[in-house]
Amino acid sequence: MTQAAADTAIGQPNAVAMAFFFVFISITLAITFWAAKRTRTTEHFYAAGRTISAGQNGFALAGDYMSAASFLGIAGLVSTSGFDGLIYSTGWLVGWPVVLFLIAEPLRNLGRYTFADVVAIRLRQTPVRIAAALGTLATVTLYLIAQMVGAGGLIRLMFGFSYEHAIILVGIVMIGYVLFGGMIATTWVQIVKAVLLMSGALLLALLVLLRFGMSPAALFAAAAERYGAGVLAPGQLVSNPLDAVSLGMALMFGTAGLPHILMRFYTVPDAPAARTSVFIATGLIGLFYLLTFILGFGAMVLIGPEAIRAVDKGGNMAAPLLAELLGGTPFLGFIAAVAFATILAVVAGLTLSGAAALSHDLWVSVLRKGRADAGEQLRVARIATLALGVVAVGLGITFKGQNVAFMVSLAFAIAASANFPALVLAIFWRRYTTAGAVTSMATGTVVTLVLIYLSPTIQMDILGQGSAWFPLKTPALVTLPLSFLAGILVSLVAPEPEAAAGFTRLERQTHVGGATL
Amino acid sequence: MTPVDSRLGDLDRARWRMALTLTGATVLLYFGFIALVAFGRSLLAVQVIPGLSLGILLGALVIVASWILTWIYVRWANTVYDPQVRALRESGR
Repeated sequence: MTQAAADTAIGQPNAVAMAFFFVFISITLAITFWAAKRTRTTEHFYAAGRTISAGQNGFALAGDYMSAASFLGIAGLVSTSGFDGLIYSTGWLVGWPVVLFLIAEPLRNLGRYTFADVVAIRLRQTPVRIAAALGTLATVTLYLIAQMVGAGGLIRLMFGFSYEHAIILVGIVMIGYVLFGGMIATTWVQIVKAVLLMSGALLLALLVLLRFGMSPAALFAAAAERYGAGVLAPGQLVSNPLDAVSLGMALMFGTAGLPHILMRFYTVPDAPAARTSVFIATGLIGLFYLLTFILGFGAMVLIGPEAIRAVDKGGNMAAPLLAELLGGTPFLGFIAAVAFATILAVVAGLTLSGAAALSHDLWVSVLRKGRADAGEQLRVARIATLALGVVAVGLGITFKGQNVAFMVSLAFAIAASANFPALVLAIFWRRYTTAGAVTSMATGTVVTLVLIYLSPTIQMDILGQGSAWFPLKTPALVTLPLSFLAGILVSLVAPEPEAAAGFTRLERQTHVGGATL
Repeated sequence: MTPVDSRLGDLDRARWRMALTLTGATVLLYFGFIALVAFGRSLLAVQVIPGLSLGILLGALVIVASWILTWIYVRWANTVYDPQVRALRESGR
């Protein structure tokens, strides 16, 4: 079976991939040039002038969220371990209904650029902004490391560049989008990427199903016939149910606390548009994860787990191999370019939300107490973008060859434990206080980081210890309730009458919208 | 309490009741599926038709059910919630 590895064009410079890649770069840079002329204020830079339509934002949300890890990683996981990979397919989607029900509309009505706007609304600005910015930066940095390291590896495999060149290339193009085109360019890069990714996945799934009389069941039956009926049922991945529940909590509530996702709700004109955009995004993302069922089992049957692992131990090349088998080198080139576009769209969104935390929350609100003029705000936002972009490239190169897969679930765990509880309590609860918010966010961030360090993921898998003090791989099961508890207890022990007095106005603004902004 | 205040209170309660009920349904749906994955391995291995195991079917249904829940919310918000918000906004000016 390992013969297949020698036959593939993966890892060779591929003319078609290069051509698609240059077309994508040219189009997105043209968009950036167009967007740069329209980016004159922070309102444009962070929120695209609030002119993005619900449909556009639906695609952009999908493009912001679906990372290369979910496209290549889940297809790979299903192709090598069968049903177990599907647990992730469902887990990555179920956060979206929660975003719709609890977060999207209040956020749009209450804030301007960051989720800290909403948490800080009736509380004391400085401590809340600092705590929220730390939660944001922790989430964004971990997510960026995982994306950059993944990008270096993938681009090396697909285009034959060196790891460092790949990281620097991603960094330069991404900084170009965000620095000059701000949220307008970032949005359109994400829309183009979502369209490319959906069409690539649909076409690939169609080509797989054509081999099985258009019947998914026939495909699954073929997988069971070759590799045993066990591939269609739960296996060893969920050996510890508490681990599965904890990971599920991180994915479900972390989605509702991801800064780069939350920021997108400020780009639409009003709350109903925010609502419609989540509905569209849920449809697109759900469809995409349903397609991963077909792609994963298709790669298992048509290529085989051994051949897939021979190309890349993690199984990440399952979808590209499948594309090459079914559509030849041109289709492989297309899928490689799609994977590249996918990475760029996600890191651009992450960098923009990190820059907003640095400039809008820390510089403008904390250091300058809101007294920065429009020109200064935009200048600081761009400096923050450049700094974060350079840091992302540096981290990508620093973490070369490290096992960083856990950093994505860690980013989700912090988003679920630090950002989500603070946001919900700020919108929901009259008696929430500044001290409560700060304690809740600090607890969520710090305890999550400490427990991850003490978990089997770091102690056993990375440091090679025989055991770990904390039994779970993802700490959200402990840290999310703990963060809620800390926020509630501290608020009850030391009431803040001014904060409670501001709640009635907040309540009205949650529904009616931002007359005060 | 002025009439506007009580209408805001009613609207607030209606919105949160809807949001929390649907969030609860999503949580039950997904963690119910995870519980079956953890404790019902042999059940999920049953093939409904050859090739289509109950596990794969239920996994796909979790995604479809998420769509339906978001659709229920959007429909309620568009037809019930939005008109009340509009009325409240006009009365408040």
